[in-house]
Amino acid sequence: MSDEPQPASDEQPEPKAAEGDSSQNATEPPVQEEAPPAVPRFGPAGDEQPEPKAAESDSSQNATQPPVQEEPPPAVPRFGPASEPVREVTPGERRRMNRRELLKVAPVVVLGAFAIPKLRDPLLMRGLEFSDWAAGALFGRHRRAQTFSDSEVAPFERFPYNYYDVADPDVDLERWTLTVEGLVQRPGEYKLEQIQALPKVVQNTRHVCVEGWDVIGNFGGTRASDFLRAIGADLTARYLELECVDDYYESIDMATVLHPQTLFCYEMYGKPLDRGHGAPLRLQMPTKLGYKQAKYLDTIRVTNVLKGGKHGYWEDQGYDWFGGL
Amino acid sequence: MAATANVTESKAPELITVAYEHPWLVRIAHWLSAVAVFVMITSGLRIFIAFPSFGPKLPEKDFIDIPKAITLGGWLGGALQWHFTFMWIFVGSGVVYVIYQVVTGHWRQVLFMPRDIKGVWPMARHYFFFGKKPPVDAAYNPLQKLAYTSTIFFGVVSMLTGIVMYKPVQFWWLAWPMGGFHYARIWHFLAMCGFVAFIPGHLIMVALHGWKNFYSMITGWKRDPEYLE
Repeated sequence: MSDEPQPASDEQPEPKAAEGDSSQNATEPPVQEEAPPAVPRFGPAGDEQPEPKAAESDSSQNATQPPVQEEPPPAVPRFGPASEPVREVTPGERRRMNRRELLKVAPVVVLGAFAIPKLRDPLLMRGLEFSDWAAGALFGRHRRAQTFSDSEVAPFERFPYNYYDVADPDVDLERWTLTVEGLVQRPGEYKLEQIQALPKVVQNTRHVCVEGWDVIGNFGGTRASDFLRAIGADLTARYLELECVDDYYESIDMATVLHPQTLFCYEMYGKPLDRGHGAPLRLQMPTKLGYKQAKYLDTIRVTNVLKGGKHGYWEDQGYDWFGGL
Repeated sequence: MAATANVTESKAPELITVAYEHPWLVRIAHWLSAVAVFVMITSGLRIFIAFPSFGPKLPEKDFIDIPKAITLGGWLGGALQWHFTFMWIFVGSGVVYVIYQVVTGHWRQVLFMPRDIKGVWPMARHYFFFGKKPPVDAAYNPLQKLAYTSTIFFGVVSMLTGIVMYKPVQFWWLAWPMGGFHYARIWHFLAMCGFVAFIPGHLIMVALHGWKNFYSMITGWKRDPEYLE
C-alpha cells in the first residue's frame, strides 16, 4: 500500500518528457519527508529507466547475461542508483556477478607499477615526455608572452642572480667569441660587435623559475631568428644546442628559437650584461622557464640530433626538456 | 521424503537482494582519481617547498613549513615528474567521469543543487552530533551531494589553475579570470586544501558505512541496499 505514491510518479511521464519529469520529482522530496518512513526508497535514476538510452547501455554492459528474466520480476520493479533493476540472486550468481565486475576494474592495478622501483623511473620519464610532447604541440609560434611597462619592471638589484656552479666563470670579455657550428652556411667565430650590429630589441618580460617565483626584467639583444638567418642556419633543423663557458649546456626546440621574443641578450636594464647575469651573451626567452636561459654562451650548434641525453644540464638531472611557458 | 523436501526448501529461497550501484566506468574513474589525487597532493607539496610563498618575487619568508616526510618525489625535479605524469590520469579520470554522468543522466542524483542546501545541516548534525537521521528518499543525501560535487569543483579549479601555472604564455587568457598569473598559485593551493578536507571525511564515512558499501565501489553490486528496506 505504502508503495503506491512513488510508483505512481513513475508511471506519469509521457515517454519524451522524461527530463521534465525527473526535475519535478526532484522538487518533491520535501513533501515526502512527511510520508510514513516505511515508504520504499528508490534511486532517482530509476525514473530514467524508460529512456531508451539507459536501456541500451544496460544491455551492452550485460551482454553475456540477459538482465531481466532469471527471476519472476517483483510486483513493482525497483532500480539501483545506476538505473539497473534490483535483483534477487543466489549466492553463486552473486559470486559470479561480483567476479565479472571485479575483472572490469582490474586494469586499475596497472598503477601499481609506479610502486616498483625498477619501473617507476622509466614510467615517470614517459609521463614527462608525454607532457613535453603536449607542450610542444600547444606552443604557439606567434603567440607572444606578455610584455610590461617600465614601472612594472623589478629594480635591477632585485633581479636574482642564479647560477649552478660559480657566479662568475671569469669570462675573458676582451677575447670572447661565439663559436657557431652545425647546419649553418657560415660557421666560425663571431664577435659580440657582429651580433650587436643586427637590429636590437628591448623588451620587459617575465622571467619564471621552475621553483615557482618570477621577476619582470628589462632585456636587450638580438633576435635569435635574425642571427640564425645571418649565419645561414638551416631553419628547418630541430634544435639549437648551446654550450656555456661555465660548462652549463642547453638545447632548445627550433620553434622557440625562432619565436620573435627569443633573444641573444647582451643588455639588461640598458647596460651591458654584468658578469653575474651571463656576460657577455645569454639566451632570453619569455616563453621558457629560467633553467633554459643559458648564460655565458660559448658555442651554439644547429642540429637535428641532440648530443647525448637531453642535452640540458638540469634536464639530465630530471627536469623536463621542453620547459615551456 | 520429508528430508529431501526440507533440503530443496532450504536451498531454493536463499536469495540475496543486490543493486547495481556503480557502473564500471565510474569505479575505474574513482580508483584512478583516488590514486592520482594522493600523488598530486604529495608531489604538489614537494613542489611548493621549493618556493613556499605566494609572492611574485623571491620569498621574503616561508608561508608554511611543510614536512618533507609527507611529500613525494624527493626533490623538486622528482616531484614535478610525478605531478606531470599523474596530472593526465587525474584530469583524464575526472573528464571520463563527468562525461559519463552527463550522458547517462546520472548527474541528477549527485549534483548538488540549490534545493539541497536546506538538507545539508540536518545531515551534518546527524553525522557529527548524533542527531536524528533525516529521512532521505534519494540515492545520495544532500551532504553527500555537496561533498561529491565539491570534489568535481576542486578538480576543475586545480586543473584550470594548474594549466595557468604550467603554460602561462599559451593560456594567458585563462589567467585573467582568476586574478592573474600569481593568483593561480593561490587558487591551486586552496583547491588542494579542499581535497585535503574532503578525503578524511570521505574515508570516515566509508568506514562507518561498512564493508558492503565499500565493496560496491569495487564490484558495483551492493548487497541488501539500505534504500530498499
